Amino acid sequence: MTSKHKHGDPLPETVLRVKSLESLLIEKGLVEADALDALIDRYENKVGPKNGAKVVARAWVDADFRKRLLADATLAVAEFGYSGAQGEELIALENTDDVHNVVVCTLCSCYPWPVLGLPPVWYKSEPYRARVVREPRKVLEEFGTSLPESTEIRVWDSTAETRYLVVPKRPVGTEGMSEEELADLVNRDSMIGTRLADTPAMVKEA
Amino acid sequence: MDGVHDLGGMHGMGPVEPEENEPVFHADWEKRMFAMNNAITAIGVRNIDESRHARERMNPGAYLTSSYYEIWLDGLVRVLCEKGLISEAELSGDVAPRPVSSPKPALKAADVDALMDKGGNYVAEKGKPPRFRVGSKVRTRNIHPSGHTRLPRYARGHVGEIVADYGLHVFPDASAEGKSDPQPLYNVRFASTELWGPDGTEGDFIYIDLWDDYLEAVDDAA
Repeated sequence: MTSKHKHGDPLPETVLRVKSLESLLIEKGLVEADALDALIDRYENKVGPKNGAKVVARAWVDADFRKRLLADATLAVAEFGYSGAQGEELIALENTDDVHNVVVCTLCSCYPWPVLGLPPVWYKSEPYRARVVREPRKVLEEFGTSLPESTEIRVWDSTAETRYLVVPKRPVGTEGMSEEELADLVNRDSMIGTRLADTPAMVKEA
Repeated sequence: MDGVHDLGGMHGMGPVEPEENEPVFHADWEKRMFAMNNAITAIGVRNIDESRHARERMNPGAYLTSSYYEIWLDGLVRVLCEKGLISEAELSGDVAPRPVSSPKPALKAADVDALMDKGGNYVAEKGKPPRFRVGSKVRTRNIHPSGHTRLPRYARGHVGEIVADYGLHVFPDASAEGKSDPQPLYNVRFASTELWGPDGTEGDFIYIDLWDDYLEAVDDAA
């Protein structure tokens, strides 16, 4: 698998074919260019992992919200105004000292859009989809995530329209931090389950 | 179908390669492709399972060497051709575009947020009664349908335990053929060692969303 081609260095005929398809669909009245622009703007600028980070930070500081999130994540994230496509039936999975959850879609690219936006390339890639269900510990180690043998790993394969959001463990040494400050520690991958949340020191360095 | 898309457990794919500070899109054509695929949903011409099944039928060699939006391009062209909305000859410019009609009108920019905030509905009110309960031991069926299915190959013929009942949902195997056949959807927990034998890890588990028809009862007494 040469990643160069797969990461946005397409064959010229691909670019041409996408253009031809758009022109054809517009000419036939099946899509409108303005609507395409609006869809792109929504997922490039409005809906992304910052949404999920706010949800996780709230769960860390507000025990009642945490309870609501774990009971019905669809309803709980709607409190922030997050809802809809690819997140109609959302379930939150909480990581603890004993259990670590990690999410995949082995069959395609299912991912909780309302809270995480669109998936990164690696999430949709063959290596991740092939390997994380069979050797999650090795895959997590490649992300720099080492877990004790005593931690139970749970891999969730998103085969239905259910979408899973991982609630990472709150890092130690974050007592007294505000909800906004905490949200900065919640990186995207920690909500997929391949990484832990950042520590305050990591955020300062970056 | 036992297709190339069904990747769970395959060897030889190499390392996972995360990209630092990855942008949402890597090029303009990816943006347009993403947007077209979503805008087409609004005209009501194909459902999510038809869309997935179209992508699964990409040439296997091409699938493994294509980026995800190239797979979307292949799938969208395939399904729109099959539905008679476009043709390869129109796409290449060999013939003039033929007028077509769609069940619903084209998506307007002003309606994008409302549509995406609403999303789809895959829950059904009526359907098959559940055969299993939370706590039931079940075995996944050893089936190899040539059509669409969401029972991954690596999980067939294995024993797991129902940990959640998500209620009646549209059945993807039927939905990909334009039908519905609503039935219970469960979450089923499998031990890593049940799926991978001695190559699995004791104490680790895989949770998979599976429909009633994928499962058969396990006789606990046996």
